Amino acid sequence: MKNENLYNYILGIADNSLILGQRLGELTGHGPSLETDIACTNISLDLFGQVRSYFQYAAKIAGDDRTEDDIAMLRKERDYKNVLLVEQPNTNFAYTMARQFLFDVYHLAFLSELQKSTDLTLSAIANKCIKEVSYHERFSSDWIKRLGDGTEESKVKMQEAIDGLWTYTDELFHQTEADKAMVAEGIGVDVTKLKDAYYARVNEILEEATLEIPESKWFQKGGKEGIHTEHMGYLLAELQYMQRAYPNMEW
Amino acid sequence: MSKNWPLWEIFVRSKNGLEHRHFGSLHAADAEMALENARDVYTRRNEGVSIWVVESKNITASNPEHNGEMFEPAQDKVYRHPTFYDLPDEVKHM
Amino acid sequence: MSEEQIKNLEKQFEERIARDEKIEPKDWMPEKYRKTHIRQMSQHAHSEIIGMLPEGNWITRAPSLRRKVALLAKVQDEAGHGLYLYSACETLGVSRDELYEQLHSGKAKYSSIFNYPTITWADMGAIGWLVDGAAIINQVPLCNTSYGPYARAMIRVCKEESFHQRQGFEIMIKLANGTPEQKDMAQDALNRWWWPSLMMLGPTDAESIHTEQSMKWKLKRKSNDDLRQQFIDQTVPQAELIGLTIPDPDLKWNEERQSYDFGEINWDEFWQVVKGHGPMNKERMKARVNAWEEGEWVRDAAMAYAEKKQERKEKQVV
Repeated sequence: MKNENLYNYILGIADNSLILGQRLGELTGHGPSLETDIACTNISLDLFGQVRSYFQYAAKIAGDDRTEDDIAMLRKERDYKNVLLVEQPNTNFAYTMARQFLFDVYHLAFLSELQKSTDLTLSAIANKCIKEVSYHERFSSDWIKRLGDGTEESKVKMQEAIDGLWTYTDELFHQTEADKAMVAEGIGVDVTKLKDAYYARVNEILEEATLEIPESKWFQKGGKEGIHTEHMGYLLAELQYMQRAYPNMEW
Repeated sequence: MSKNWPLWEIFVRSKNGLEHRHFGSLHAADAEMALENARDVYTRRNEGVSIWVVESKNITASNPEHNGEMFEPAQDKVYRHPTFYDLPDEVKHM
Repeated sequence: MSEEQIKNLEKQFEERIARDEKIEPKDWMPEKYRKTHIRQMSQHAHSEIIGMLPEGNWITRAPSLRRKVALLAKVQDEAGHGLYLYSACETLGVSRDELYEQLHSGKAKYSSIFNYPTITWADMGAIGWLVDGAAIINQVPLCNTSYGPYARAMIRVCKEESFHQRQGFEIMIKLANGTPEQKDMAQDALNRWWWPSLMMLGPTDAESIHTEQSMKWKLKRKSNDDLRQQFIDQTVPQAELIGLTIPDPDLKWNEERQSYDFGEINWDEFWQVVKGHGPMNKERMKARVNAWEEGEWVRDAAMAYAEKKQERKEKQVV
């Protein structure tokens, strides 16, 4: 492939939306209230919409006959490059919202930089997505505050979720080889530069939510290199089920 | 304990130039949540450009039992309508 | 109020409905009208909410991204429809929580068809095509029902519902025109969903208890049997078009009636499922009760937060 770095770079971005969208999709019909259910499904739909834009572009770059669905559903686990954060399960609503919030703050900052990409397709996608993600970030940070500063019980649960997921935040700012190449070409975003603003914003919301900012300095990584947590295999088993069980068919 | 989320009435302006119209209701813990929920419940198909939310308990409604005294007195005030006035046919555009 | 006064009010009330006037929440209404409406609207709402589960079952496994977003949007719509209908119930002075309580305790009914399992992807097609098809036949006349909030909710529901059936039929077309394995999958789904879909239009007129009153109040415009005939007559040609076979050996065009004759429906099975002995009754209820119970701390927290915020605001003003 001529543009292998760009291809991998796009997949790195899109996989985050794909896996998070899939996680949120699991919740449809099981939310804490009808209204919240509808809201979470909306976020899932936004993310899958983004995924399709990215993968359609990636398929074009690949230049062979692969489709968005081949890319989404027919890779091996090691070839998915999403961060570990987004594959973490819906342990309870606090985890779901904490995962969303910790990703949204990053996602928003990332897209606002990606808008400046010299790759016009990517900057156009970023331009469209940023409106959706601004909303996600407001929605999830509102819930962090509600649950953090709600009841005794919700505070404990939200703190547990933040503590549990904190270890996956640092990976958001790791650079892959494709990242470096794309930054050099003015196409990609230098994620290392997003880190300070990220923690500033996250901490601001946590404080407002009367939550403790975790002190742990030990962080997990690997997703961007395709080394995932054990949750990932099961998620992919569902995502890929039809394409694997009935190969080469149209749906 | 369990205190239920109160009911809110949702008004949506479909596009600029039109008034906000009552679209329905939903439950939310506070006004911000009511706005967010209204956005997701009532404007998923591009139905709106502006949303008002009002907690249902804050609406004062007229009582249909008083409809006679409330609304019927307006029925015979035909002089409030242009058709009440006779004009010669030659007068146009009035 | 004296008995005579009530009789008089009832007479006026029935006349209003006969004149096609709408009844609004604060209007005087016979207690039976109120109760019947709460029952029918809440059953309808419950059906939407329970109906999310069999389809939600395939969201994570949808075979393509295009199918996945369509299915997500469809199941989300069902949540919305449930919400519109619960809201319509609330105008009659019963809260959503009370209605949930009735559902969770098994007191309230919902459409039995959702007690069947969705075991293949083709079931998503069959549900959209047949179950939504039957639902639309039931629902369109309700856009004109006598109770204003119900009619308004139904107008919104029907408008949104129109993509659901197309979505399902498109899935079936694709399968029917696909590989032999896909075609088998489609036929198998049709075999399993056909009869429950016919049952969905309700017991035969002879056994239906509410019909006459419901007709008067425009809660029903046609009898169950008429609706069923309409559904069969419109669906059979659709099946033929895509080369699938309706699983009824007695199905035959009747030239004289200009309608299809069809075989005996297994009403025994219908009543068993209604009574809770369908394959998925327990699982469906468990899923709803779990969602509600596990959501309690979330709803409480949001309420507590809203109250704190309100207090802080009031203090600032002082």
